[in-house]
Amino acid sequence: MISALWVMVGISLLLGAVLGYSAIKFKVEGNPLVEKIDAVLPQTQCGQCGYPGCKPYAEAIAKGEADINRCPPGGEEGIRKLADLLGVEYKPFGEGAGPKAKAVAFIDENTCIGCTLCLQACPVDAIVGAAKQMHTIVASECTGCELCIAPCPVDCISMVPLPENIQTWKWPYPVYALTPAPLNQPEAESV
Amino acid sequence: MRSSPFISTPASVSQIMLHVLVALIPGIALYVWYFGPAILVSITLASVTALATEAVMLKLRKRPLRPFLSDNSALITAWALALSIPSLAPWWLVVVGTAFAIAVSKHLYGGLGNNPFNPAMIGYAVLIISFPAHMTQWLAPHLAGHVELGFIDQLGYIFNGTLPAGTKLDALTMATSLDTLKTQLHLGHTVNEIREMPIYGYLAGKGSEMVAIGFALGGLYMLYQRIIYWHVPVTFLVTLFAMAGIFHLIDPAHHVAPLFHWFSGAAMLAAFFILTDPVTSPTTVKGKVIFAAGAAVLTFLIRTYGGFPDGVAFATLLMNICVPLIDAWTQPKVFGHKGGGK
Amino acid sequence: MRQLYRYHGGIHPTEHKLESSELPSKSAPLPSRLILPLHQHIGNGAKVEVQVGDKVLKGQMLASAQGMISAAIHAPTSGTVAAIEPHVVAHPSALDGLCIHLVPDGEDRWMAHAPLDFHSLAKRELLDSLRAAGIVGLGGATFPTHVKYSLTPEQRIQTLVINGAECEPWITTDDRLMREHAAGIVSGIRVLQHLSEPAEVLIGIEDNKPQAIAAMREACAGSDIEVMAVPTLYPSGGEKQLIRILTGKEVPSGDRPTSIGVACSNVATAYAIHRFVDHGEPLISRQVTVTGNVRTPQNLEVLIGTPLAEIVRLAEPLPDGTGYIIGGPMMGLHVDELDAPMVKATNCIIVKSAQLFPPAPPAMPCIRCTRCAEVCPADLQPQELHWFAKARDFGKAQEYHLFDCIECGSCAYVCPSHIPLVQYYRFAKSEIWQREQELQAAEIARERHEYRLFRIEREKQEKAERLAQKEKAVQAAKPAVATPLPVAAPADADPNDTLQMRVDADIARANMQLRIDAAVARAKEQAATAQPRNTEVLTPQQQAEIAEIEARRAKIREMASHAGADDEPPKQS
Repeated sequence: MISALWVMVGISLLLGAVLGYSAIKFKVEGNPLVEKIDAVLPQTQCGQCGYPGCKPYAEAIAKGEADINRCPPGGEEGIRKLADLLGVEYKPFGEGAGPKAKAVAFIDENTCIGCTLCLQACPVDAIVGAAKQMHTIVASECTGCELCIAPCPVDCISMVPLPENIQTWKWPYPVYALTPAPLNQPEAESV
Repeated sequence: MRSSPFISTPASVSQIMLHVLVALIPGIALYVWYFGPAILVSITLASVTALATEAVMLKLRKRPLRPFLSDNSALITAWALALSIPSLAPWWLVVVGTAFAIAVSKHLYGGLGNNPFNPAMIGYAVLIISFPAHMTQWLAPHLAGHVELGFIDQLGYIFNGTLPAGTKLDALTMATSLDTLKTQLHLGHTVNEIREMPIYGYLAGKGSEMVAIGFALGGLYMLYQRIIYWHVPVTFLVTLFAMAGIFHLIDPAHHVAPLFHWFSGAAMLAAFFILTDPVTSPTTVKGKVIFAAGAAVLTFLIRTYGGFPDGVAFATLLMNICVPLIDAWTQPKVFGHKGGGK
Repeated sequence: MRQLYRYHGGIHPTEHKLESSELPSKSAPLPSRLILPLHQHIGNGAKVEVQVGDKVLKGQMLASAQGMISAAIHAPTSGTVAAIEPHVVAHPSALDGLCIHLVPDGEDRWMAHAPLDFHSLAKRELLDSLRAAGIVGLGGATFPTHVKYSLTPEQRIQTLVINGAECEPWITTDDRLMREHAAGIVSGIRVLQHLSEPAEVLIGIEDNKPQAIAAMREACAGSDIEVMAVPTLYPSGGEKQLIRILTGKEVPSGDRPTSIGVACSNVATAYAIHRFVDHGEPLISRQVTVTGNVRTPQNLEVLIGTPLAEIVRLAEPLPDGTGYIIGGPMMGLHVDELDAPMVKATNCIIVKSAQLFPPAPPAMPCIRCTRCAEVCPADLQPQELHWFAKARDFGKAQEYHLFDCIECGSCAYVCPSHIPLVQYYRFAKSEIWQREQELQAAEIARERHEYRLFRIEREKQEKAERLAQKEKAVQAAKPAVATPLPVAAPADADPNDTLQMRVDADIARANMQLRIDAAVARAKEQAATAQPRNTEVLTPQQQAEIAEIEARRAKIREMASHAGADDEPPKQS
C-alpha cells in the first residue's frame, strides 16, 4: 500500500518536473497567434469588421475582443478556418452581414473630376491618378473592399461583379439523386 | 453537369451482396441436412426483422427506401447472425439480436457503408452477454444419437417455448465442440480423451465440421467471382493454423490440432463472410493482412484462455476498432513518389 | 525482345473500335464558318493579330503565341475575319471563350509556304518555328510541343517515347493515322529525334491495333526506331503509364518526363510536325473519329474551327441520340448540344444513345470494397480521396496525393456504388486551386497594404523633416532681421501663430469644399451634355479621334465583361 503510494507520488513529481521544464524550455515568444489569424484573413483591408484593416481585426480576435464572424470577404470558409484555428464553435454571419459576390471597383472616367480622394482611401494603392487628372482602377490589384466609394464626391465609382469565366469556373459538388445537397456545411451528413 | 467517365461496369452493390447470399447457401444446406430445418426458421425470422428494422430506420433518417432495401446488405447481416446463434433459439432472441444489429450498429452510425463494427457480430455480442443461457443451447446433430425433434415441434419450441410431452431440452441440445473441449480440459482430461467423445467427428464437432466445409465452399465461390479478395481469408486461416499448430506441437495434450480450430465454431464463417465485410475491414492490401492476422491471434487467444467458448465475434469487433488506424498506417506508395507510407 | 513493365491497376472496357477503324479516313468538306478559340492549348491564350474584316489566306497566322507556354493559331482556309467575339467552346462549364470567326471564301488559297530544312536550323530557331506554327500535343493535353522539347543543357534524353497506344474505347484516330500516314509520322519523329537526341526511340502501340503496328514496323524498318506492341489495357495511353510500360521508370510526382530523361509525344503530334517541316503547313487540321449512334462511323480530316455539329452531320447521326461526348467515354466531355467548334484537342465525337450509353444508376454510399484502389493506375486510394472530397477536407485530400490523380476514370468505371468519383476529385481540385489563388491574392494585398502604410509613414516623416528644416532656416534668419524686437515677443506670438494656422486650415478646407462643389457642378454639367471634354479647345480631327477611342473602349469593356480573364496569366495547373 505504502509503496504504491510512493510510486504514485514519484510519478506525479516526475511528470510535474517534465511539464514545468517544458513550459520554460518551449516558451512561445511573442504572439504568433495574431500572425496566424492574419494569415487566414483575406487581406481586403475593407474595414467591414469595424477595425481599420485585417491586422487590427486579427489583433482584436487574438485579444478576445472581436467575434470571428465579422469578416464578410472571408466568407463562411473564413469563419470556419478561424474557428478551427482558435478551437471555438463556428458562428454564422449575422443578419445581412454575409459575403457578397466578388466584385471590383470601376471608375466612370467621364464623371471623375480628379479629386484624389479615392486614391487616399484605397488600402492597397490600386487606384492610379493625380490631382485634376482622371483616375482609374488597377482591376487586378483591387480587393473589392468598397472603401473608395464613400469618399467620391461625384459618385463615379461603382462595383462591377466579376463574371464567371472558363478560368475561374469550378467543378460543382456532385449532387445526385441519392446524395442530398449539403447544407453548405462540411459536417452535413450526405447519404 | 455530368463528369466523365460515361461508361461503367454493370456491377452493383445489391449484386455483390446477392453473390454473398448465394455463397452462404451450401453451408445452410448442410446445416439443414445435419441439424434439421429449424435454422431456416431463424433465418427467415432474422431476414424479416432486418428488413423491417431497415425500413423503419430509413424512414426515420429520411432516406429513400427502395435503393437501400434492395441492396441486400441487411439480409447478409440477418443470415450471418442467424447462423451464429443456436437454431433452436426462441424467436425473440433472433428478433432482438437482429433489430439491435441493424438499428444501433448500422443505422445509428450512418447506415450502409458507415458502420465501424460488423453488425452481425454486434448482434451476437449483445445476445451472448445478455442471454448467455439461451445462447449455449445448440441443437445436437442427427448423428449424435440424441433425441430428435420434428419440424413442427421445433417451431413450437421456437415460438412457444413448449416441448412435446416426455422430451427434455437437455436431451435435445448440447454444448458446442469448442465449449465441451474447454469444460473437459478444465476437468483435467486430455485432448485425446476428449476427442473420443461421440460429439466429435473427423475434424471437429460432428455435423458442424461439415457446415464449416459448406461455408468454405461458398467462400471459394466468392473468391472465384472476385467478390472478396484472398488476403483476409488466407491470412486468417494461415495465422490461426500457425498459432494452433505451435501450441499443439508444444503441448498436444492440452491443445487441439490446428484443423480442429479451422472447422469448429465460426472460424470458416468468419474467414469468408464476417472478416471480409468490406465496410468494417481495412482498404489497403497490407491493412487487410494485418487485420486478418490480428483477428486470428485474438480468436485463438479467446478460445484458449478467454471466458467465452468462441472468440470469433470479439476478435472481429476488436479488430474493427483498429481499422481506421490500420488504414492510416498502411497507405501504399503512390505512383511517382518515393518510398511507402503517406 | 525488349522487356515491358507493368503499372498497377487498369481496366478492360469494351473497345468499340472496329465501328470506326475499318473505313479509310476522308477529308471533311469546307465548313460554312470557322470558329477558332484563342485558348486551344495549355498556357496563355493566343494574341489576336488580325482585325474584323481582314482577308486572310490559308495558313496565315491569326493569333500569335503569347509568352513561353502558348501557341499560335492560323487560318484553316482563306476567307474573311467576320468577327472576334465570344462563342461557346468545348469546356465543362459551357461558358464562352473569345474566338476568331472566319468565313471561308471557298477558294482555299494558301499563303506562301515552304518546307523547312530543320537540320540547318539551330534548335532554338526550330522550337520557335514550332511555336509559331501552333504545334501542340495532340494526344489530349495540348501541351505546346516547343516547351516540351526546350531542354536545359543538363537535361539528357535517354528515351523518346512516341505514344500510339490510343487506349480509350471508341477512338481510332491514331490507329487510322498510323495505318495511312506511317511514313509521315516517322519523318515527324525524325524532327523530335533531332530536338531531343535520344539514345533510343520507342513507339508504343496497344496490341489491339495489329495493322497499325504492321504499318509502323514497315515504315521504321531498318531504322533505329523500335515499334513496341503493348498489352491492351486502359489507361496505357496515359503518358506516365506508357513511359512506365516501355522504360520501367516512374515520372516523379509533379514533374515532367524530361526529369527522368524521357520525352513523350503522340503520333498525331509527330504527324503535325511532319506536315509543318516537310510541307510548311502550320497546324490547321487534324483527324477526328465520329462514332457512336451514327450511320457511318468513320475518321475525318477536319479543319480546326469547324463547328462540331457540321462534322457529326457527315457521319449521319441516327434519330435516337441522347447527347454527345467530345473526346472518349472515359475522359471526355458530355454536351447536350454541339455548339462548340473543333479545337486542336478534339480527337473524337461520340453520338450517344440510351442503348450505347445507358444513364448511370443512382449513386449508393461507398461500401469500401476497394475495387477502385485495385484498378487505380496511380496507386492511389480512390475511396479515401472520395471521402475527403465529400467532406470538403481538402488538406487531407492533398495529403493523400489528390494531385497525382490523372482523372482516367477507372475507379468510377468499376465502382459498384456508381459514385461519380472523378467529379469529386475535380471538385476538390478546383476548390484547392481557387483557395491557392485567393491565398496568393491575399498575400499580394497584404504586401501592398503594408507598403502603403510604410509609404504614408515615410511621407509624414519627410514632411516633418521639411518643416523642421524650414523652421531652422527661419530661426537662423530671424536674429539677423529682428534683433531689436523684445525677447518676449516670440513667447506670445506662439498662440497667435497656432490660431493663425487653425484659421488657415479652416480656410483651406473651405476652399477645398468650394473647389469640390465647383467640380461637382462642372461634372453635372458635363454629364448633362454627355460629352467628355478633357481639353478646352478641340479640333474636329481630335474630336473624331476621341469618338473612335470611346467606341473602342466600349467594345473592350463589353468584351472584358464577357471573356473576363481570358488574357490573364495562366493559372497554375
